[in-house]
Amino acid sequence: MNIAPLILDDRARGVFRVHRSTMTSEDMLALERERIFSRAWLYVGHESELAEPGAYRRRSVGGRPLVFVRGADSVIRVLHNTCPHRGAIVCRQDAGVAKTFQCFYHAWTFDNRGQLVGVPDEAAYAPGFDRSERSLQPVARHDSYRGFHFVCFDRDAGALGDYLAGAREILDLVVDQSLDGRMQVVSGEQRYSIRANWKLLAENSIDGYHAAPVHRTYLAYLQGTGAMRPGETVVTGRARALGNGHAVIEYRAPWGRPVARWAPTFGEVARGEIEAIRAELRSRYGDERAERIADWNRNLLIFPNLVVNDIMAVTLRTFSPIGAAEMDVTAWEIAPGEESGERLARRLHSFLEFLGPGGFATPDDVEALDSCQIGFAADGVEWSDISRGMAREPRPDDELQMRSFWREWHARMTGTRRSDWSDGRFAA
Amino acid sequence: MTGAAEDARLLRQLRVADFLSREAKLLDEWRLEEWLALFTDDARYVVPGTDDPQADPSRSLVLVDDDRERLGWRVKRLLSGHAHREFPWSRTRRIVSNVLVEDSPPGRIFAGASFVVWRFRHRHADPFIGHADYDLVDDGAGLRIAAKRITIDQESLSPNGALSMIL
Repeated sequence: MNIAPLILDDRARGVFRVHRSTMTSEDMLALERERIFSRAWLYVGHESELAEPGAYRRRSVGGRPLVFVRGADSVIRVLHNTCPHRGAIVCRQDAGVAKTFQCFYHAWTFDNRGQLVGVPDEAAYAPGFDRSERSLQPVARHDSYRGFHFVCFDRDAGALGDYLAGAREILDLVVDQSLDGRMQVVSGEQRYSIRANWKLLAENSIDGYHAAPVHRTYLAYLQGTGAMRPGETVVTGRARALGNGHAVIEYRAPWGRPVARWAPTFGEVARGEIEAIRAELRSRYGDERAERIADWNRNLLIFPNLVVNDIMAVTLRTFSPIGAAEMDVTAWEIAPGEESGERLARRLHSFLEFLGPGGFATPDDVEALDSCQIGFAADGVEWSDISRGMAREPRPDDELQMRSFWREWHARMTGTRRSDWSDGRFAA
Repeated sequence: MTGAAEDARLLRQLRVADFLSREAKLLDEWRLEEWLALFTDDARYVVPGTDDPQADPSRSLVLVDDDRERLGWRVKRLLSGHAHREFPWSRTRRIVSNVLVEDSPPGRIFAGASFVVWRFRHRHADPFIGHADYDLVDDGAGLRIAAKRITIDQESLSPNGALSMIL
């Protein structure tokens, strides 16, 4: 398959096009599994999900069943969820706390560090039977950044910190909302699937251009509840390529933010508390950084499939291809570790007004993605256009973010290296 | 249970089943303002995520947690013509069954029912299968909904993609 000509990146003319076969072909997906999902760092979970020794979460990352587990020694590990004996899934519940995992097929038993500790009738094996080489296998690479755990199936990949590049600074802004520097994943997952190519959700999650037309009913809600004035601009700010295909849009918007921008939907009672959080941020970080944390929204894409959208609440979202035209999505809410009671309830209420498959916005995003995938079948148009803002300082409603994603996609798929993901002239 | 008490229970059950069938009809016909009028002013409408049907929406992330005001906005949105996943409206058909009435204090009826909701759009047929628990006000002026809480039986909103209509 000749991938190189499938992206047209003409900086001189300000034209960027993506060939639609990148989003419709099963062969392309097979190649993506090999060149992207088997080699890039992928998000697996957050440390707060494993609160005590033995706590585990069953995860599927890039289509691979894994166990994300804190051992009796308190060390967090990521293990392939397959019995080294004959292959059965060893962890068969989504979450829990366990001292051991026993494969139900032949009752091999592993401790919560993955070590094989029990084999029925072990004497049947030849002398020198080595338990250690039949233990649950850890993933090739595993590392974390400020509580966010990532895995990589390529032993030769570079370090996570280098991979995250400029995305680290944005994650810092998210985590620094917690005055303890400690975020928590709130219990409850939103699980859904979309009949669309996975890359369409990467684009959509950081797309400021679609907000006004697609989310008109949400904006009507904001106006109706007094959070937004009629005629007010929806988003103002900037877009940046962060290196390695990661990108962010940072912008001011009309909605309220639990940390720390009050809006009428939070209620008068909450006003003082939100102002107090804001004041605390100011005294801790200074006016400029405090304002950036409290007033500015961030839609962050970490290549290839982690989204951290710090908007009217903070959502973590990952997605995995099931086929060329289908993906599974999982979304969580993260909150400062110190939040509980009314403050947490307020955040959750704010989350649901926009986000998630039952919110006032996400269903329409799902429809947009479905619609693109159906539209691709129309044929007659070979290319999608992602040129917006290519000849100016990039704004959040431009498309630099997507170009950055596609440039990294192209580099990985063609086995080339890049050092610049921006539009050149307007380097971030 | 005596014959008379049993008769009273069955009569209540019949009233609830009749009420729920009418509610389903309003939703299938997209008569959402009439549907909204079935709710009390302090009503709560909750759809937990598929991972934890017992979730408390004040402490856990769920799919929908509407008070009466936000439920009103939900209806307004769906009727606006700009809720793109439901414009044009999907075709739905709700089968509501296994209605059971629980012991309830005077003036209230706690009831539950199982449902299958078929949604048809873009040549796809996506079912939502589950159970609804109701807290109904029965004050002589006809039944009204003080709380409705949905349990979705599917492990994921797959292939549905979203909960774009009302269950």
